[in-house]
Amino acid sequence: MTLPDERGHFGPFGGRFVPETLMPALNELEAAYRATRQDPAFRRELEYYLRNFAGRPTPLYYAANLTAYLGGAKIYLKREDLNHTGSHKLNNALGQALLARRMGKKRIIAETGAGQHGVATATVAALLGLECEIYMGAEDTRRQALNVFRMELLGSRVIPVAAGSATLKDAINEALRDWVTNIETTHYLLGSVTGPHPYPVIVRDFQSVIGKEAREQILAAEGRLPDAIVACVGGGSNAMGIFHPFLEDEGVALWGAEAAGLGLDTGKHAASLTAGSPGVLHGAYCYILQDADGQITPAHSVSAGLDYPGVGPEHCYLKETGRASYAAITDGEALEAFQLLSRCEGILPALESAHAVALAVKLAPQMPEGAILLINLSGRGDKDVQEVAAILKEKGEAGGR
Amino acid sequence: MRPVGVERLLHAFEEANKKGRKTLIVYVCAGDPDLKATAELVPFLAEAGADIIEIGVPFSDPIADGPTIQAASQRALAAGTSMAAVLNLVGELRSRLRDLPLVLMTYYNPVLRFGLRSMAATLKEKGGDGLIVPDLPAEEAGPLRSALDEHGLALVPLVAPTTPDSRLKVVVDGGRGFVYCVSLTGVTGAREELPPYLEAYLKRVRAATNLPLAVGFGISRPEQAARLAPLADGIVAGSAVVDAFHRGGLVAATGLVRALRAALDG
Repeated sequence: MTLPDERGHFGPFGGRFVPETLMPALNELEAAYRATRQDPAFRRELEYYLRNFAGRPTPLYYAANLTAYLGGAKIYLKREDLNHTGSHKLNNALGQALLARRMGKKRIIAETGAGQHGVATATVAALLGLECEIYMGAEDTRRQALNVFRMELLGSRVIPVAAGSATLKDAINEALRDWVTNIETTHYLLGSVTGPHPYPVIVRDFQSVIGKEAREQILAAEGRLPDAIVACVGGGSNAMGIFHPFLEDEGVALWGAEAAGLGLDTGKHAASLTAGSPGVLHGAYCYILQDADGQITPAHSVSAGLDYPGVGPEHCYLKETGRASYAAITDGEALEAFQLLSRCEGILPALESAHAVALAVKLAPQMPEGAILLINLSGRGDKDVQEVAAILKEKGEAGGR
Repeated sequence: MRPVGVERLLHAFEEANKKGRKTLIVYVCAGDPDLKATAELVPFLAEAGADIIEIGVPFSDPIADGPTIQAASQRALAAGTSMAAVLNLVGELRSRLRDLPLVLMTYYNPVLRFGLRSMAATLKEKGGDGLIVPDLPAEEAGPLRSALDEHGLALVPLVAPTTPDSRLKVVVDGGRGFVYCVSLTGVTGAREELPPYLEAYLKRVRAATNLPLAVGFGISRPEQAARLAPLADGIVAGSAVVDAFHRGGLVAATGLVRALRAALDG
């Protein structure tokens, strides 16, 4: 059976928990998406931009130095960091913006945490001539000031959100409020496999290009499928994108790296799957961080892109069925992996992706030589350099260890 | 015997109808600034002319609310307001106001967390009459509706201007008590002007159901209430009352409710 069901449920997870005002728009979006995904002209248009604008396919790179350093499995990196705008987010932004244009929407809005999805959205808005406004937590606009300027250069307006914890969840609240208000003219270009149906499906499908390419590339390089795939999980879009084409290959272990922040026992983390419980947030039934009274508790991660107290419903389903496993990586482990990959391979990973690298650092040595481990390197770390410099300086580690 | 639950809500509309007046529904944010203040406020609002009270249970991420109720919810949460404490408040109010319909308004997650069956049983025990859950559309409302139905309590459905005719029937069919007609595409909060399509929209809803219609979102001024009165069975005032109470206490809040009452009664 293909999931989700017609109401957007992956087992018990998913669905639509939104104000009635949005329900007709979600139905309209679902119908438009069904029609376009079958349309060869739409496929051609999307493929044209993915190839010529985004720079796809992205390479699958054998990380020989990291493999030698860790010992154990051969490590491959799926280089989503080499996408135009520096992360996998452009895959989905292009798909949805082309869809929005077909639906006759002149304005798009988006939320962003690290700024990766915001930059990708601002980029496609410039490309396609759409008006664009990006909601970003006020705390994140500080942490990712460079990306704010980038979005403005691209012609978008960035709206800082000071409510609540002033991070990604609050940016999504505000984007939903905007969408409720401007429903006739506006498409909400949601950036992860979260939110009400059909977003988890749409975003998964547009991101599946990662897994489809990786599958062909690993078969070409090694003549077989990998033994394990590792990806970081905030909302979970890059992970879903690389996992999905491998779901039926039971020999391929799927690993999601959540953010353990300062540690799961400190309460300052973003590990919804590992340490949360099911509930409703932003339109979907999924694992969330909440207190005994059902109030959402703020997430924490050194990585703004993982700093989210919920997770996509399909990941919840994969956890429940045991098809994928999820582990939590602390801020400290991610920072070490950030430095390790930089030195070892000459590749600065995004702090988000550094969580996946850190999990691979744990897994690879336990795997036999000749085993294959594939890391989805979802984004590049240029945006994080200032933040990392500040943290390392504080820890007295700047410039070396 | 006094009517309770769904019956108490319907009775309130019928009584108002008999007297040739419109029903005034007033929203308060429980626990803003604390629960004692809310307990004190509600009887005064009833005396000032509120026919039904919506007791808002604060939620950390209120996506259907504008800045006024967002801020009130934050204040209430900072004061430690919990679902259990709000249910106790309902019990306390019920002991003092035997006929006043009391409906909780909150988001789905706090209800889920409390447990759907416990929620229904406790609400019944405390003397509440129903629930309004703005992020629970008809498609997902089945489990909560069954739990409330068992106790004769109402799950009040919301319809929006964007709801097409083909969907209206589905939405109102599962509804109990009355239909909450969201006046505009947007979040809660006072507006200078109400949308021009209101009359046609409310006629469409009227054609789909025999339940009473209450229109809410954006209504802050007596003249707006007066304009809407002929179009529906009742109106809801929320943010404006919350704001008045926050800024001017009991005097301002009851003053506003009196003015709305007078405008409705023309």
